[in-house]
Amino acid sequence: MKDEWPLWEVFIRGQHGMSHRHVGSLHAPDAETAIRNARDVYTRRNEGVSIWVVEAAHISASSPGDKGPLFEPSNSKVYRHPTFFDIPDEAGAM
Amino acid sequence: MTREEALFQFLLRMGDNTLVLGQRVSEWCGHAPVLEEDIALANTALDLIGQTQMWLNLAGEVEGKGRDADKLAFLRDVWDFRNLLLVELPNGDFGRTMMRQFLFDAWQSVLLGRLTNSAEPRVAEIAEKAGKEVAYHVERSSGTVVGLGDGTEESHARMQAALDYLWPYVGEMFASDAVDEEMARAGIAPDPAGLREEYDALVGRVLGEATLSIPEGGFFHKGGKDGARHTEHLGHMLTEMQWLQRAYPGASW
Repeated sequence: MKDEWPLWEVFIRGQHGMSHRHVGSLHAPDAETAIRNARDVYTRRNEGVSIWVVEAAHISASSPGDKGPLFEPSNSKVYRHPTFFDIPDEAGAM
Repeated sequence: MTREEALFQFLLRMGDNTLVLGQRVSEWCGHAPVLEEDIALANTALDLIGQTQMWLNLAGEVEGKGRDADKLAFLRDVWDFRNLLLVELPNGDFGRTMMRQFLFDAWQSVLLGRLTNSAEPRVAEIAEKAGKEVAYHVERSSGTVVGLGDGTEESHARMQAALDYLWPYVGEMFASDAVDEEMARAGIAPDPAGLREEYDALVGRVLGEATLSIPEGGFFHKGGKDGARHTEHLGHMLTEMQWLQRAYPGASW
């Protein structure tokens, strides 16, 4: 039998309309407890309006060794970045 | 006893319950079995101390002798405290702490729900504010009681032992005296006995899910809410809690 509770990754949405952001991780025996623990560990100072938790074991991650093939090709393709447009001030942040 | 005197006593009871339990729970800070529970217990303790400030400040206002929450908390001796015996009991193991928390949270959630309709608007206002915190407290403590009760053989045995130890302190919550009768007459607070049904339903459901059995027999300890006979534990707790104000009167930061 495992003595350790599983690890959960915690995502908090700070405001309505924003997306959930990864804030950290914690241990908990089940999903409900993980949400309560996240509430106590990560929202003590009124940080959030919504909490997601996901068991860390269920996250598939890219391998750091694949960094070159995955990401470098886009470096040389400046035309993919919309930096050639003048954005009027009134449009605000894009 | 005038209505004002009864109201003062009632407010001391509310404030002393949260003060004494808040102090007890804060004793876990840095000692809980896991980091997540440590932070959660500290949050609960801080919520309870926050509620204490509201209740005891109002008590001081009603008394009209210039005492605020700090004076009432730090400069009264043990026989002037009006908390339930349940909340002054030592923490025991983590399971007993969570069982005590649940038994108290359940009662507080039922009581605060009624107090939001109090004829005294200042009481209704505090109940409204504290109610949201307590709704979370009871969710958390009931979850832990179910998790540990319906857990391993050892956690189940510890939770059953905690319930057996604490249950005889539950009855005091529902015993009425002259203060309660006056509060009920004035429409300020409900008759404590009237909370029992809702409490039993909530506690019965959670303890059932936790596979724990409520001990039989109607005996209960009393003497906390009227200050007549506190346990030996409260004085020791106050010694630590009040030490700084006693040694350095008026100290602040």
